[in-house]
Amino acid sequence: MTKIDKPKLAVWKFASCDGCQLSLLDCEDELLSVAEEIEIAHFPEATRQVLKGPYDLSLVEGSITTPQDAKRIQEVRRVSKTLITIGACATAGGIQALRNFQDVKEFVSIVYANPAYIDTLNQSTPIAEHVAVDFELRGCPINKTQLLEVISAFLAKRKPNTPAHSTCIECKRRGTVCVMVAGGTPCLGPITHAGCGAICPSYQRGCYGCFGPMENPNTSSMSEGWKKSGASDDEIKRVFRTFNAWADSFREESEKHDK
Amino acid sequence: MTNKKDGTKIIKVDTLARVEGEGGLYIKIKDNAVQEVRLKIFEPPRFFEAFLRDRDFREVPDITARICGICPVAYQMSSVHAMENALGVKVEGPLRELRRLLYCGEWIESHVLHIFMLHAPDFLGYEDAIKMAKDHGAIVERGLKLKKAGNDLMAKIGGREIHPINVRVGGFYKVFKKRELKEITEQLKWARDAALETVRWTAKLPFPEFEQDYEFVALRHPDEYPINEGRLVSSAGLDIDISQFNQHFEEEHVEHSNALHSVLKERGAYFVGPMARFNLNFDRLSPISQEAAKQAGLTKTCKNPFKSIIVRSVEVLYACDEALRILENYEMPDHPFIEIEPKAGTGHGCTEAPRGMLYHRYAIDDSGKVLDARIVPPTSQNQKTIENDLWHFVKKYLDLSDAELTWQCEQAIRNYDPCISCATHFLKLEMDRE
Repeated sequence: MTKIDKPKLAVWKFASCDGCQLSLLDCEDELLSVAEEIEIAHFPEATRQVLKGPYDLSLVEGSITTPQDAKRIQEVRRVSKTLITIGACATAGGIQALRNFQDVKEFVSIVYANPAYIDTLNQSTPIAEHVAVDFELRGCPINKTQLLEVISAFLAKRKPNTPAHSTCIECKRRGTVCVMVAGGTPCLGPITHAGCGAICPSYQRGCYGCFGPMENPNTSSMSEGWKKSGASDDEIKRVFRTFNAWADSFREESEKHDK
Repeated sequence: MTNKKDGTKIIKVDTLARVEGEGGLYIKIKDNAVQEVRLKIFEPPRFFEAFLRDRDFREVPDITARICGICPVAYQMSSVHAMENALGVKVEGPLRELRRLLYCGEWIESHVLHIFMLHAPDFLGYEDAIKMAKDHGAIVERGLKLKKAGNDLMAKIGGREIHPINVRVGGFYKVFKKRELKEITEQLKWARDAALETVRWTAKLPFPEFEQDYEFVALRHPDEYPINEGRLVSSAGLDIDISQFNQHFEEEHVEHSNALHSVLKERGAYFVGPMARFNLNFDRLSPISQEAAKQAGLTKTCKNPFKSIIVRSVEVLYACDEALRILENYEMPDHPFIEIEPKAGTGHGCTEAPRGMLYHRYAIDDSGKVLDARIVPPTSQNQKTIENDLWHFVKKYLDLSDAELTWQCEQAIRNYDPCISCATHFLKLEMDRE
């Protein structure tokens, strides 16, 4: 096969911390092999080179927070054959979606001395609210092994294998003693989407939901449990309002405790 | 670059590559004189200081980590130190050492990313490290392996390399038995050798002649190369406690850029980052790092920002050496953290992020809720200095070809390893995308 036929990869950034696209550069053992199989055609964080679209695979990091970006994502969609979002900002609006629960004008005036210069939308929204998305990879940050799986699956024209069950299952597989049952530590593991490998319980802390809600999470039962162990409504609200605050089930649950 | 009939020349880079975050460059030259220099920032604002309000002090390090995926430990460290300062707690002994160890991992990971993947391709004329690897395979592979050593150290101590989960106000969630750290120790021994090779390799790169008089600002500690603590000092004689930050630094509105630049009230632009730390703390480097720096031709004061790639390599060597020192003397702490009861107060934290000094200040109420937050990241502090460099650099190198000058201007920006994602939550934005 001639290398000219390599599929073209583009990486796009919207409002984010850069961590998810950095995950690709963090694949130290695999990066050069990945570059053998796929042409890095547009990836400003890594290269000056810009090859023209259309792109076979676009990885999109970040959420939509400005009128300009709302237009730009349409353009990205137009030049992308397959569009995959990477990370909590792109799939759920990210930590910056905390503005969605408040008046953004007030936010602007807290941070900026001259609010008139700031052109921002009232809400931070996930990519799928703006364009069709072919696959969403969860996490704040994403797991780099899962990122490689997504790219491999794309190259092999198959569906990525990224289970949607809870972090609890990963924890059991890992053989970690349950921090909630054994230690009484509040943990979001039962309702959080798998993917990180259940790191926190193995470091003696409860899961704090970086990967967002699993499929059909029982959030109200989770809140009941927290309440029984003494958590206030305000604490429960804040637990659901972090990096995936704007994901439907987390948002709805947090609103129940918002007074 | 465009040339107009009236003798105006425009150097424009719509999207700066090999920097973290989204920025552009605009330089206007008329009749062989620089008229305008703008480092344009179109990274969208994310309002961290605003949504930190009303959060519990214990949540802050997990939230501020999300400002930057490349240097999350810096944000975690500046925030835990600020919180502990507000709460009147001091983390010492083995827990303090463990924090320093984690930070060494971030210095290695972040610096090596910049040295090999973002900066070196400029010196050797490649668009990126992957193309560079075709001709310099062994060097790029060594770089990747060295970067991995930094990441593995962060993953071991922090739980994962991006947005570590193990840091908390008062210490850590989990600490380690000495034997659990054996594997990473072996890896770091290799890394220290590789770092020494890297210093030697970067010393041989071709450097444009370009020296400026800067005011360097960094932390300085009585006994150690500064990472988590120290007084704020400068090459022009500043020497203050970090709680005095606001009395000496301010944000200035600059006409040509619509951006707020952090400046010293009395003297204007200043320079933070590896070169500032090195110039102000050479005597605090470990012997092997000092020796390597000397052999690489660095004098005690380096004023050529293009040589920051050598300085970064010296700091990687130091971070490996320092990590090994900590690991060798490591004793498992009796308890992973100090118990802290909330009380009202204001605290300051200033640590040395890979890109330079990172200042945090928080006010909290008696229940531990954040009333007010202020974060001043390194790139915002260097922004004015970067623009000044571009003025002088373009003036000096006007005879270069258009393509060469544009590329070298980009390189001059990359000298600072700017992290636009970090800087943006406070910058005034110029939103128009030309």
